[in-house]
Amino acid sequence: MDFLSLFVIVPVLMLVAFLPCKNIKQVRTVAVIGSSVLLILSFVLLFMFLAERNAGNTAEMLFTADYLWYPALNIHYSVGVDGISVVMLLLSSIIVFTGTFASWNINPLPKDFFMWLILLSIGVFGFFISIDLFTMLLFYEVALIPMYLLIGLWGTGRKEYSAMKLTLMLMGGSAFLILGILGIYFNSAADGGALTFNLLEIGKVHIPIEMQRIFFPLTFVGFGVLGAMFPFHTWSPDGHASAPTAVSMLHAGVLMKLGGYGCFRIALSLMPDAAHEQAWIFLLLTGISVVYGAFGAIHQTDLKYINAYSSVSHCGLVLFALLMLNETATTGAIMQMLSHGLMTALFFALIGMIYGRTHTRDIREMQGLMRIMPFLSVCYVIAGLASLGLPGLSGFVAEMTIFVGSFAHDDLFHRILTIVAVSSIVITAVYILRVVGKILYGEVQDKHHLELTDAVWYEKVSVVGLIVCVAAMGCFPGWISDIIRGSLGGLTALFN
Amino acid sequence: MDLTNYLLMRQEISLMVVFLILIIYDLFATDKKFFQPVACGLFALHTVIGFLPWYVGESFSGMYVSGDIEVAVKNILNIGVLIVFLQANSWLVKDGTLEKRGEYYLLTLSTLLGMYLMVSAGNFMLFYIGLETASLPMAALIAFDKYTHNSAEAGAKYMFNAVFSSAIMLFGISLLYGTVGTLYFTDMVAALTNPTALTVMAMVFTLAGLFFKISLVPFHFWTADTYEGAPTNVTAYLSTISKGAAVFTLMSILYRVFGNFVTEWQAVLWWLVLISITIGNLFAMRQKNIKRFLAFSSISQAGYIVLAIMSGSAWGMSSTVYYILVYAVSNLAAFGVVNIIDSRTGKVKISDYNNLYQTNPKLALVMMIAMFSLGGIPPTAGFFSKFFVFTAAGQQGEYVLLFLALVNTVISLYYYLLVVKAMFIGDKEGTPAIEPIRSDIYLKLSFVICLAGIFVLGFTSGIYGYLESISFGILK
Repeated sequence: MDFLSLFVIVPVLMLVAFLPCKNIKQVRTVAVIGSSVLLILSFVLLFMFLAERNAGNTAEMLFTADYLWYPALNIHYSVGVDGISVVMLLLSSIIVFTGTFASWNINPLPKDFFMWLILLSIGVFGFFISIDLFTMLLFYEVALIPMYLLIGLWGTGRKEYSAMKLTLMLMGGSAFLILGILGIYFNSAADGGALTFNLLEIGKVHIPIEMQRIFFPLTFVGFGVLGAMFPFHTWSPDGHASAPTAVSMLHAGVLMKLGGYGCFRIALSLMPDAAHEQAWIFLLLTGISVVYGAFGAIHQTDLKYINAYSSVSHCGLVLFALLMLNETATTGAIMQMLSHGLMTALFFALIGMIYGRTHTRDIREMQGLMRIMPFLSVCYVIAGLASLGLPGLSGFVAEMTIFVGSFAHDDLFHRILTIVAVSSIVITAVYILRVVGKILYGEVQDKHHLELTDAVWYEKVSVVGLIVCVAAMGCFPGWISDIIRGSLGGLTALFN
Repeated sequence: MDLTNYLLMRQEISLMVVFLILIIYDLFATDKKFFQPVACGLFALHTVIGFLPWYVGESFSGMYVSGDIEVAVKNILNIGVLIVFLQANSWLVKDGTLEKRGEYYLLTLSTLLGMYLMVSAGNFMLFYIGLETASLPMAALIAFDKYTHNSAEAGAKYMFNAVFSSAIMLFGISLLYGTVGTLYFTDMVAALTNPTALTVMAMVFTLAGLFFKISLVPFHFWTADTYEGAPTNVTAYLSTISKGAAVFTLMSILYRVFGNFVTEWQAVLWWLVLISITIGNLFAMRQKNIKRFLAFSSISQAGYIVLAIMSGSAWGMSSTVYYILVYAVSNLAAFGVVNIIDSRTGKVKISDYNNLYQTNPKLALVMMIAMFSLGGIPPTAGFFSKFFVFTAAGQQGEYVLLFLALVNTVISLYYYLLVVKAMFIGDKEGTPAIEPIRSDIYLKLSFVICLAGIFVLGFTSGIYGYLESISFGILK
């Protein structure tokens, strides 16, 4: 048994362990133990990875394992990680761990909730460790479908509508994706050899440019839907706003990164020629996402909607940077995935905790929370500052890298787009500071709010854990960007 | 003529033996309370016999063909029928049907014999006899609840349509016979080399009869009414076993007889697939009755199966047979739930399933898994079978049709999720759900088989690999 498959096996064992649970305490125990094991595993993987790289192992993917699954179609279960997957796995396990604490008192049906949540995380982990297109697709869809019940059963507001919209739009994206993957598969023998789903083998094949022109946009749009690319972003605000706390955290924090990761790993890396030709179309679309998302956030009054639109803007920046097709911007994009994942999870966790106390998310109905719940409020300010790119926190390093990389293009088109995208930072500052000023400071207006309590221990675990990560990434960005940059060396066709 | 001609027909012979034993039991036994275990046990034995290794080949100079793939298809049909029999008990023990339950088993087995002959036919005469043997008792089965208005009406509708489609098909066969002077498949394919107006017309007429059976649009008008009116257990049989046999026969005739007309029949099937999937989906979305809903869903599923047939390759054949198998276990799991709820409470509306998870969590879970498998959601086998069908179509470069089919999977997911939503999320009014239902041991066993199929078929590649190794195609 290989090490990487543990990331799938541990959650499966958790699912089995949930079955005999009788009450919420047992469910919590299993969830905490399981997610801690996953967290430890991902740190162990990180150190093992660093040790291998320091020892001079320069293979593209490390810790690979390969099992033939369907010989007729040459489908393998094959796993392997490079630096990008390692940091993504780390992000996922952090979010799953903190998400467990954020849904400590989930009601009703705690057992079912955690089972669906863990099923979702199987999809996420499996996606990041796979290097076979078929298994990637399989895990991708495994991650999508639990969202329907998680939002539909435990959500708030227009949950049925949002759940259906989210599921159908994402599955629509995966319909594009299946077509794209089949297109890649049937052209993977273009240089002779057998048809294959293996990413590394396809990476060596030169897919004919006419085929790339058809299948690149399909694949990119397929993943772009999950990355909330304009105009396919509309599922995101409704979905995130209706989802329960842990699901919003996991979805905005990790699942949307599947989109960016897939765009990078499959669409861009495997079809670089078409990427160079068509990048401008998608740059325009993602540029719109960046700015439009930020403007959208200004207009919202619901805390979750604000954050959801902010996610559209920040995730748009991920795709935007990937499409700049150079090493610096791509490094920035991966760092932005990590940074946004942590910070948006922090936001959603905090919003969930505030909502659990005030029973409203409308910013017009809350004031002076700093006096009532100082811990949560201070954390909210920190999250906000990370989001608007304060140096020392994760947002700054990521966005800085992206914009430096983007501006390195010496043609007018890219530079103008970069300038437009940079403006989103200003708009972000507006909506973040507006919310902070409105709900945290000033006099308490609703007298009922005075009786509310501050965070309890399990909420603090969740929040502090995330803040530590955000700050660590902001203060010591070098080692993360080294890990990422070390994995971009083989992509000469993409970055010429 | 020697004995080996008959030895090849071991599945037919063992089915006849089961049939005769059941007739004798039905006629002479005084106490018939063991009917269900006897019938299920004998049929399980018969199913096992089908899996034993045996010769393959042709008998009666090519009239009857029993290759590996035919045996595999018959085994799939057997597994399906076994599940149907296991599920039948909760319906058969009701007052109106208890005393005539022997007829149920006998009629079902005789239609199954007809399907065997269809599957194994190497000659249009045997094929036609098989088709009729499968059709006529089926009408009696559909009208089994004869005091129910709907059931009688459904039986009549099925009968008229079956006869009508047989007539069209016979016309097509007679045109073919007039052109080439033989009814043997192998002789025909040698004679039908160049498509002419006459032979293409004959082909379309011949196939039309099968399209009726598979209920592809625009030959689907009988489906919803018949499915709704027939006893739920019979609907399950009709929509999986009967359809599966007809689909395989269609493929076998297209590959064996019309192998030289690939371009022509691909053009015909292109449109049939597209409109079957689309119309089936669009109508399924609007259904309130779960049996009508499953009827339209089965029309759309048939479209996906024919998509695999259309590719004309060995992958197409293995994907088709694999899809039939996965579709059978998934659809029978869904029908098992519908059947028990219909038998115990008489409720068949989708809105009756509201909040089912609170009162009957196990039934709701089975139904959910079945819906996900039908919708093609991993980790169920439905995902794998859909993906293989798409691969078969992609291999022939049918990307446009593939795209339209993929868009349709999203639409189909919408209505499958509506059922899941009803069971798990319910409605705002909090309508009281169906009271807890105790299912009998047979039903539980059938669910175990179905769920094992849904999860095991996908993760273990062995079955697909085996089907792939015994498939053949006419294109690369």
